Amino acid sequence: MTTRLSARGLVRRFPGVLALGGVDLDAGPGEVVALVGENGAGKSTLLKCLAGLEQPDEGSMTYEGGAWAPRSTADAASGGVALVHQELCLAENLSAAENIGLGREPRRGWMPLVDREVLRERAAHALERVGATFGPDVKVETLAAGQRQLVEIAKGIDQDARVLILDEPTSSLTSRETARLFELVHQLRADDITVLYVSHRLTEILELADRAFVLRDGQNAGHLTRDELTRDAMVRMMVGRDLAPPAARAVAGEAAGAPVLELKELVSDAFPAAAVDLQVRPGELVGLAGLVGAGRTELLETVFGLRAPVSGEVRVEGQPRRFRGPRDAAAAGLALVPEDRKLQGLLLEEGVRVNTALATLDRRSRRGIVDRAAEREVAAAQVDRLGVRTSGIEQVVQTLSGGNQQKVVVGRWLAAEPAILLMDEPTRGVDVGAREELYLLLERLAAEGLAVLFASSDMEELLRLADRVVVLHDGQVTGTLDRSLATEEAVMELATGGGLEAEGSTTI
Amino acid sequence: MTNSSGASLAQPDAGSRLAGWGKVLGIFGLLVAIVVTTGAMNPRFFGAENLENVLQRTALFGIIGIGAAFPIVTAGIDLSIGSVIALVATCLPPLLDAGVPAGPAVIAVLLLAAGLGLIHGLLITRLGLQPFVVTLCGLLVYRGVARYIVDDQTVGFGDSYDGLRTLATGRPFSIGALDVPAPALVLLAVAVLAAIFLGRSVWGRWMLALGRNPTAARYAGVPVERVTILAYVICSLLAGVGGVLFALDVNSVQPASMGNFYELYAIAAAVLGGCSLRGGEGSILGVVLGAAVMRLLYNSIVLLGIPSQLEFAIVGGVLLLGAIADEVVRRLAEARRARERARARTERTT
Repeated sequence: MTTRLSARGLVRRFPGVLALGGVDLDAGPGEVVALVGENGAGKSTLLKCLAGLEQPDEGSMTYEGGAWAPRSTADAASGGVALVHQELCLAENLSAAENIGLGREPRRGWMPLVDREVLRERAAHALERVGATFGPDVKVETLAAGQRQLVEIAKGIDQDARVLILDEPTSSLTSRETARLFELVHQLRADDITVLYVSHRLTEILELADRAFVLRDGQNAGHLTRDELTRDAMVRMMVGRDLAPPAARAVAGEAAGAPVLELKELVSDAFPAAAVDLQVRPGELVGLAGLVGAGRTELLETVFGLRAPVSGEVRVEGQPRRFRGPRDAAAAGLALVPEDRKLQGLLLEEGVRVNTALATLDRRSRRGIVDRAAEREVAAAQVDRLGVRTSGIEQVVQTLSGGNQQKVVVGRWLAAEPAILLMDEPTRGVDVGAREELYLLLERLAAEGLAVLFASSDMEELLRLADRVVVLHDGQVTGTLDRSLATEEAVMELATGGGLEAEGSTTI
Repeated sequence: MTNSSGASLAQPDAGSRLAGWGKVLGIFGLLVAIVVTTGAMNPRFFGAENLENVLQRTALFGIIGIGAAFPIVTAGIDLSIGSVIALVATCLPPLLDAGVPAGPAVIAVLLLAAGLGLIHGLLITRLGLQPFVVTLCGLLVYRGVARYIVDDQTVGFGDSYDGLRTLATGRPFSIGALDVPAPALVLLAVAVLAAIFLGRSVWGRWMLALGRNPTAARYAGVPVERVTILAYVICSLLAGVGGVLFALDVNSVQPASMGNFYELYAIAAAVLGGCSLRGGEGSILGVVLGAAVMRLLYNSIVLLGIPSQLEFAIVGGVLLLGAIADEVVRRLAEARRARERARARTERTT
C-alpha cells in the first residue's frame, strides 16, 4: 500500500493540556480513512495539524513523499490538503462561485480586478464534479446545509485537493443529503482522492471507511482494517473497555395514571398546517423522532412557552394552560433541557452553583434576597445526585466536559422538582460513558414518576430509552410506535413521511 | 464599604473570588498610587478644603457611575445620562418658582427621569432596538427639550431654597478637620443599596445572568425583559438624582452645557471599576473607586500644574491602561482554567 499523507509521533500541547501525545496516521490514495474517538480524544487537533491550522510541537508529517509542514490552511490547500469544517465557514452574502474562489480569485491581467468569467467557469466545473444541482451564481445564504457542504467540498476540488478532510460532515445534514454525500465520497475515492473522515456516527464509518484509526486521550488507541471494522471493536477502543449492550432499559418503570401532559391539536408557528396530539403519563419516557427540520425542537419550544402556539392547547394535569414564556411553564411544573447547552443552557463563565440555582433562585430567597446557604446546598445536592465530576460547586462550567455540563443543566431543572421533563437531544456532544449515565438517570427519574418527553436524532438512544416513539414529519405526527414495535426501519419509514425518501442511512 | 461588592456572580470559595476582587484591588491600588504621588508632590492635596472638594465631586459622579453600571451589566449601554441630568436640572428651578414645594418637586423630576428609563427599556426589550441607538436618541432629544423649556436661559435657585440646597452643599458632620459633604452620604446610601441589589437579590442575580447569556437566562425562566427594563430605569433614576444634586451644587444651570459628556464619565467610572461591556460583570465598590480615581486624576492635574489641555489625554490614557491590564489578567485566568481542565481530564482517565 502506498502512502500519500502520514504523521509520525505528533505532539501538540496547549497551556496545561496535552492534546496529542505522539499520534501516528497513514492514508493512501483512493482511500477513505476514518478517525474515531470520544470528544477530546484529539481528532480535531490532529486534523488541524494536517491542514495547517495548528502546528505540531513535535513529530513529523509527510505528504507525497516529501516533508509536510503547512503554516496555514491556505498553505495546506495550495499543496492539496483541504479541510471541510464541521461548522461550515462560508461567506453567506457571496455567491457559490465567489466562495469557491475566495482568496484565489483569478485576476484580469495585472489589475486587481476579479475575472468573473474565469471564476464562474472554474466554480461551475467544481460544482459539477461534486454533483451539485445548483449553479455557481447562487447566493450561499439561500442554500441548505447539505448544499453548503457541497460548496465547501467543491472549493477543495477547485484547489486540486488530493486529500480531503471531512470533519463531522453529516452533523447538520438530512438523511437524503447524507446519502448524497456518501455517493460523493465513493466517487472521490474512485477518483484517487484520499478522504479523511471524522464522525461520531459509527454506522457511517462502517459504511464508508476502508480502515479506521481510533484515538483516545490524545493517543492511538488502535487501528482497524476493513475486515476488523465493527461497531463493538470501535467502541471498545474508544472507551478502553467493553460497554454493556445498550439494547435494554436498565431500570424498568411503569407508566401509571392519567396523562400529566397532553397536547390537543397543538399547532406551532413553524408548521401552521400541522396539529399535534400527544400524551405523556407519569413514569413514561416518550421519544420524539424525526428528520432534521421535522419540527421536534419547535414542538418542545411551543410546549415550554418559548413560542406562542398558533392554535390548540397544552394541558398539564388535565388543566388547559397558556404559557407566555418559560417562566410560566416552569411554574406549572415543566422543565426544558435545550438542544444547544452552550447557547441556550449555560452561563459558561460562571460556576456550577450559579448555573444550578438559576431556575430556582426565587424559591431560594427571602424577601428578594438570595439565601446563599440554600443555594450552595441545592448545587451540592444536584452534583451529588447526578454524579457531576467537578472540583467543587464553584468550578466554572466552561471547564467541565460535555457530559458534566449537560448534567448541570439537568440538575438545574431537577432542583425545580418538575412533573414533566422536556429534553432536546439529551446526549448531543456527550461522551459514550457519560451518555450511559444520563440514560440510567432518566430511567431512574421515570421510575420515580417523572414524565419525560425527549427529542432525539440518535436512533439507538430512541430505541434504548423510549416507552413510545412518536415520529414527526413536516411538523405532523406520522405515527406512534410502542416499545415492542419500535425498530429502526419502522421509525425511518415514518420519519421520511411513509417511505417516500427512505434511504439506507440510519442517521435521522 | 460593604462585603457584598464582589464582582460577578461567582463569589465564595475557589479562584473566582480572587479574580473578582482582583479588579477591585487593582483599581484601589491605582487610587492609592495617585493619592500618594499627588500628596507627596503637593501637600495642599491633603488640605481639608481640597479633600472635601474631591469627595463632593466623587460622590456626584459616583452616583451616576453606579447608574451607568446597570445597563452595562446587562451588556447594554446608556448614553443619555448627561442629557437626563440637564433635563432634570433645568426642570427643577422652574417647578420650585411655580410654587411647588421642594419635596414634591424633587419627586416629580425623579419620576420624570425614571419614566425616561422606562421608555428606553421598553424600546429595547419590546421593540428590540439597540441600546446604543435608543439612548443616543435620548441624548439628543432630552438636550433639545431642556434647552427649549427654558429658552436656553441659565436657571438657578438664587438665594432661596437653602434647605433643599443643603442636600448638595451641606456638611452634616465632620471627621477631624474634614467636613463630610452631604452628597457623600447620598452616595453611601445608593452604593449600599445597589451592592445589595446586584450581589444579593434575586433580581440582581438575574441581571448578571442575562448579561452573561440572555438566551440561557430566558430558557431558565428568568423574566429577561422586565429585568432589562429595570436596569434602564435604575440608570435614569440615578442620573436624575445626580441631576438634582448637580443643579443644587452649581446653582446655575446652563441647559446647553449642563451635564455634557457626563455619560462618558459615568461609563468610564463603571468600566474602570470592573464592569465589562460584554455584560455579566460588575462591582459597585469598583464603580465608586473608579469614579474616585477619575476625580483624583483631575485634581492632581490641577495641583501638579500639568497643563489642563492634557486632562482628557491623561484620563484616556489611564482608562486604556486599565483595559489592557484587565485583558492581561483575563488571559492569565484563562490559562489557569485550561490547566484545571487538563487536571480534570487526567483525573477522569485514571
